[in-house]
Amino acid sequence: MLETALKGSNKYWGLVIGLLILVGIGFTVYLKQFSVGLGITGMSRDVSWGFYIAQFTFLVGVAAGGVMLVLPYYLHDYKAFGKITVLGEFLAVSAICMCLMFIIADLGQPMRAMNVMLHPTLGSMLFWDMIVLNGYLFLNILIGWVVLESERNSVPPPKWIKPFIYLSIPWAFGIHTVTAFLYCGLPGRGFWLTAILAPRFLASAFAAGPSFLILLCFIVKKYTNFDPGIKAIRNLAKIIAYALIANVFFFLCEVFVALYSGIPEHIDHLEYLFFGLHGHGMLVGWMWTAMILMGIAIILLVNPITRENNSILIVSCVMVFVGTWIDKGLGMISGGFVPSPLHHVTEYAPSFYELLITLGIYAAGLLILTLLFKMVISVKEEVSD
Amino acid sequence: MENSKRIFLKIAGVSALGLGTGILTPNVFASSGQKKEAGFKKDSNALTAKRWGMVIDTRKIESSDDLEPIINACNKIHNIPEIKNHKHEIKWIWEEEFKHAFPSKGNKYLNERIKDLPFLVLCNQCENAPCVKACPTKATFQRDDGIVLMDFHRCIGCRFCMAACPYGSRSFNFKDPKEHIKPETYNPEFPRRTKGVVEKCNFCAERLAVGKKPACVEASDGAIIFGDLEDSESEIREVLNSNYTIRRKQALGTGPSIFYII
Amino acid sequence: MNDKSKIIAGLVIFFIIFAFPIWYNMFKSKPAPELTLTEKAKAAKECVRSKEYMTKNHMQLLDVWRDKVVRHDTRVYVNTEGKEFKMSLSNTCLDCHSNKAEFCDKCHDYASVQPYCWDCHIDNPKEKNDGKQ
Repeated sequence: MLETALKGSNKYWGLVIGLLILVGIGFTVYLKQFSVGLGITGMSRDVSWGFYIAQFTFLVGVAAGGVMLVLPYYLHDYKAFGKITVLGEFLAVSAICMCLMFIIADLGQPMRAMNVMLHPTLGSMLFWDMIVLNGYLFLNILIGWVVLESERNSVPPPKWIKPFIYLSIPWAFGIHTVTAFLYCGLPGRGFWLTAILAPRFLASAFAAGPSFLILLCFIVKKYTNFDPGIKAIRNLAKIIAYALIANVFFFLCEVFVALYSGIPEHIDHLEYLFFGLHGHGMLVGWMWTAMILMGIAIILLVNPITRENNSILIVSCVMVFVGTWIDKGLGMISGGFVPSPLHHVTEYAPSFYELLITLGIYAAGLLILTLLFKMVISVKEEVSD
Repeated sequence: MENSKRIFLKIAGVSALGLGTGILTPNVFASSGQKKEAGFKKDSNALTAKRWGMVIDTRKIESSDDLEPIINACNKIHNIPEIKNHKHEIKWIWEEEFKHAFPSKGNKYLNERIKDLPFLVLCNQCENAPCVKACPTKATFQRDDGIVLMDFHRCIGCRFCMAACPYGSRSFNFKDPKEHIKPETYNPEFPRRTKGVVEKCNFCAERLAVGKKPACVEASDGAIIFGDLEDSESEIREVLNSNYTIRRKQALGTGPSIFYII
Repeated sequence: MNDKSKIIAGLVIFFIIFAFPIWYNMFKSKPAPELTLTEKAKAAKECVRSKEYMTKNHMQLLDVWRDKVVRHDTRVYVNTEGKEFKMSLSNTCLDCHSNKAEFCDKCHDYASVQPYCWDCHIDNPKEKNDGKQ
């Protein structure tokens, strides 16, 4: 099926080449980071994880979000999602590829990455994260490919693939749970030390992933002959609405516990993020923006009149995606490191180089997504002819 | 016999590259049957303990001037780079104010001496170290004598340990430290580090191995007492017995091995 | 099959690229370099192990040394003659072989290997003050 990704219009090739250029820029800057070290980023002794790990965390969510199509279709036989489950699976593939690239970009000694497998350490959450992420990548490539190929040949998917599909459902929950466990098991990091971190990660994932999928569906509908179906989009929008409500609700639970208990280690980080601490408040504007975006999106998505208007739905999905991105891709990691365990405030902002590398990785992920979606759409167009 | 050993050596060599070195045992080094086999042993002067610990007697410290020789002794012996950019600093042992060393214990009525007194902080060599748990490659590991050590050869630079440490005791080499180590103070006895690895206080494992106490203890003029916490006859136990001591963030359950007399 | 010529051309290009290391080095092969020993090394006659053993296995030996020292707190090596050595690249190996460029680098360059030992272990402790590390 790969050959279908090699034939396309000028617009398609323009997109591919444009993304390749961004990948090239990112890779060139990465070579600099590789030779100089992570000193070219904005990270510091106090904020030792930055943009890369934050993007990784957010994208694990996007990858897990695909399960919101797979679960209703395969477990509840919800037919409307049947046409686009493979889009969800391939979105997960591209998101996981980005995650893995972000992890590699974040390593101080990337050449030694395989040490994680040479010296497996069962007590380390990072070891398990590697297992679940690679497993999820494998599952989604396998399932997406086999199902799509059967569709192309106009035969039902082979029976042996079913167990893999069923396995992929809890696995999707697993990847984001383990990712949350990276953070929430650390003593002395009050911001993350909370049992609701994993549920909150999942809720935000099930809002962010599907909202990106809806946007992709609209793009596909506009530029190709494949119609993902309005019914699927409408129902996905409902899922987003409730996932987003859960996300905000979990966050407010967090705020209550921190503020009412009054324990400084827990309040300090929230104070830093939303009001600034000791005169440092780089993220204050961002955090309030995220809250406002998510708040408005909830209103627009819960209300059927606005939800069923395509233009407003598109705007709402952008708001959800940006809002959850700020929440997780900016605030979640920095917020946990500021103030430091010794209560020093060292702020973090990504450096220009760091942003270029990030952009390159996003471009690489979008390139993978473009190629995979091109395959899907070619097959769908072929079958409907 | 000779031949089969050769083959085994080759296999072992290749496996050593691929699988780590645990499988190579001393007898592998025997190249012929008649000779004795090569082996390994500890230095007979080595200091040993069940669990090393330290008491810092802050009553014997008046100002930063008292701490400077202690910190410098460590920095010099371990080739700690002097980096001006505080974001990239490497610190094994350094000073903090009370409110930073003991963030939950500060209060506005704190007595004057404690408020202005510089406190020495270093890796706590925790009994239940979060960094050891977090490390995905066992590059950070705990020895039988309680010392939490770093294997710089194995560290992949993921910095999970830095997120895990509740004491900010770990530093990352954001750049090659080479340019920041003064050639005139360079200690050729101890390796420097490469870029991209995490480092921290090693409780002077290299000195204990040859029968010397940690450099900071030696330079402290009695303000730091070092010894075996499990040995009821030791000096450190005597000091712990006769003084009230506190540890940093004890409530987290990490079990620090560094005690402070206030 | 009208793609036959394309496939064959593709295969030829693939094999040319695949064989790059062979043809790139085809006419450059040189005999292995002769190693220069310092006076101290000559005087010692034998390294911690026999010359043949060291030539072949010094990398594995160093690998085991490093694990023994760093991870197992065992710092003394007893060789087959019963002689004891402190296991230290900088302070034992390079004490005799203080001519790193002539001794280590020459052969490593020839074999095109770049061990990263020297990133951290100073190459020559005796020349510590002249600034070249």
